[in-house]
Amino acid sequence: MIRSDILKELVPVLSDQLVVTNIGLPSQEMHMLDDQPTNFYMLGTMGLASSIGLGLALAQDKKVIAIDGDGSVLMNLGTLPTIGNNECDNYILLIIDNGSYGSTGDQTTYSGMKTSLAEVARACGCAHVIECSAEETVAAVTDAIAGDKGTIIISKCESGNIPVPVIDKDPVMIKERFMASVNA
Amino acid sequence: MSVNDVIMSALHENNVEFVTTVPCKQLAGVIEKIEQDSNILHVPSNREDEGMGLCAGAYMGGKRPAIIMQNTAIGVTINALATLIQYYHIPLPMLISYRGEIGEPVACQVEMAVHTKALLDQMKIPTYHFHAPEDANELSLILNHSFMARKPVAILMDAQFWARA
Repeated sequence: MIRSDILKELVPVLSDQLVVTNIGLPSQEMHMLDDQPTNFYMLGTMGLASSIGLGLALAQDKKVIAIDGDGSVLMNLGTLPTIGNNECDNYILLIIDNGSYGSTGDQTTYSGMKTSLAEVARACGCAHVIECSAEETVAAVTDAIAGDKGTIIISKCESGNIPVPVIDKDPVMIKERFMASVNA
Repeated sequence: MSVNDVIMSALHENNVEFVTTVPCKQLAGVIEKIEQDSNILHVPSNREDEGMGLCAGAYMGGKRPAIIMQNTAIGVTINALATLIQYYHIPLPMLISYRGEIGEPVACQVEMAVHTKALLDQMKIPTYHFHAPEDANELSLILNHSFMARKPVAILMDAQFWARA
């Protein structure tokens, strides 16, 4: 399974949840599969999806799911100690770890080599870290949404992409409708 | 009132409820007050662009944010400012310790100080320079300006401001 297969299976689980999606293909794929006002698409700023998700979860009570990538988390590795030390029961960080920079031509990341993001997250103080296969991801996310613990899920999947259009929506419109969903 | 108290009351007057910080010696006093303030959620960040992500999320979650950092941070936050804070029209007061101005003991700090205002100007970020302690009396209006315009603003607080406070 590749990332887009996982996202396709996640659509019914995530459709009514607040979701923050990483720049590039994760945002574009979610936008194509199931565009919702409850999705905040990052159109730029690689690395910050997990930080935006944490800030959002800390500021209000609804569940927040940030969908990030291994390359993006590696770019902002300082996010893991911040998550680990600021307990947040309503925050789920899903790292789709395909071991490559998918949006830029599938160059290998260090998590596709020797680095274990799950072990890094645990060492950073994150209490509930689950590493699972692509096939187990929907169940892991469903359980985390039903539960009451901040959770990091690292979904190990194959590298590969499908053709998707870029997002041509206005960023301010994306933000405004997302904020209206947060307040709804 | 000490400048740290003026800063705290400006944050309160503008309902700032989420503050992220990367420390600087000059900011130690105000960071301590923020940590102890029950109306403000203080989330220290490891790098300032990470902090801008936290602030963007907190804003969309309904809490007015601010970031407290040193001017060296301008070097690592240009992309986050352009493609997140400015692109999505997110207000963000940046309370900045302006190192490398007169009175600075560390020569290397001057190297970023000479670029600080030029970079902020290039980014079209409204910038206010606090040099005398009474300059802090404008802070509340500056914060209000940031939230009204949904733009980042920079408040540069130099060594003389802190020394004479």
